[in-house]
Amino acid sequence: MDTDDHDITLSVNGVRYTRRVESRLLLSDFIRHDLALAGTHVGCEHGVCGACTILLDGVPVRSCLMLAVQANNHEISTVEGLADKDGTYHPLQQAMHDHHGLQCGYCTPGILMTMSAFLDENAAPGEDDIREALSGNLCRCTGYQNIVDAVMAAALQMRGR
Amino acid sequence: MKPAAFKYIAASSLEHALALKAEHGDEAKFLAGGQSLLPTMNFRLARPGILIDINGIEALAGIDPSGGTTRIGALTRYRALQRDLRFAKSFPVIAEALPHIAHPQIRNRGTIGGNLAHADPASELPAIMLALRARMRVQSAGHERWVEASDFFVGGLTTDLQPEEMLVEIELPPANPRTGSCFMEIARRRGDFAIAGVATLITLDDRDQCSDVRLTFCGVGEAPVDASVAASGLIGHQMTEQAACDVAAAVQSMIDPGGNVHTTVDYQRHVAGVLTERALLTAYQRVRHGH
Repeated sequence: MDTDDHDITLSVNGVRYTRRVESRLLLSDFIRHDLALAGTHVGCEHGVCGACTILLDGVPVRSCLMLAVQANNHEISTVEGLADKDGTYHPLQQAMHDHHGLQCGYCTPGILMTMSAFLDENAAPGEDDIREALSGNLCRCTGYQNIVDAVMAAALQMRGR
Repeated sequence: MKPAAFKYIAASSLEHALALKAEHGDEAKFLAGGQSLLPTMNFRLARPGILIDINGIEALAGIDPSGGTTRIGALTRYRALQRDLRFAKSFPVIAEALPHIAHPQIRNRGTIGGNLAHADPASELPAIMLALRARMRVQSAGHERWVEASDFFVGGLTTDLQPEEMLVEIELPPANPRTGSCFMEIARRRGDFAIAGVATLITLDDRDQCSDVRLTFCGVGEAPVDASVAASGLIGHQMTEQAACDVAAAVQSMIDPGGNVHTTVDYQRHVAGVLTERALLTAYQRVRHGH
């Protein structure tokens, strides 16, 4: 059977890409395999774990629950685009490092994308707000407390900028 | 964990989408937010031959409170419902339920129309549509009809939608004056499928006696359950703890939950009763205190 292919153009971290994709290719696999941006992780591949969270036009979504073809003409942000061009960490990345907000690190890219977007909209979040915002990202190492501490610290840092 | 092969068509308009569905019928599925459809496709529980992507049809999204009723386009995302403060004020029972629907990333993408057409029995919104007496506008190529919520949800994952039809709009009647509402749910984990959830709306007359009580449930049957009849004894009376307890007992004998790996039937029935009492008393307090 011929595959159902489509030409798509999209922007990822500010870089424009044009690719031909099969309709059934998930956006998560497109980002990892076709664009070789392996910072976006896939865990459950059915929308539960949150490891594959990316920003679609600035809004966090599961990239395993979107087709690559649906990203045509949209802007995607992944963890590779979070730090400054000179390599300076985003305040949340730095805070995750400082507060030991990761152990194995598998869930970290999804958490960074979810919570960096959260911090953009919530300059002074409370701990409960953070935990609610984090609820769609599973971490099996940290017990979450250090992640919450890191987000609180990043918020403080970002308010001071 | 990858979908089986299918043909993808991005619909350019509602007419285009309906024409495609008329042509392909059950072989084709509409793709809205995809937050239920894509997981089932990733598991290959669903293998539609054709996906008709409606995300580009802007006319299908939006909240229109301008008439006597409030109309919600099927493609309106949970995120948009949560962020519309006027909507939240008009329909607090929906605003209270939205945080129970999965997680922020899912709510950023999932749509009200997709939710209702999917008709998961554990889902919050179908039960709330029953409580609010919503109407569904359903279209096919060249035909349109309205379906009452009570006729729309037929069974587990099954609605009254025909193979050539699309749910395009949800119409909510205005709330009665002096009405308080409450939504409560117990799930194994936050955002997970409901073990039981309850939506209630209580309208009081000028003597603080109940003149209308709606009581609906999610998670305790193959379809959302309208148990308002269990609360009919409240009509013409003030709410008391004993009255709420009596309604809870009536609900428990009325519902027929299925149980699952996370919960026994008895536990579901117990939770439904507890939630009934709490929600009735909470809604009553809210209307008496004017919020």
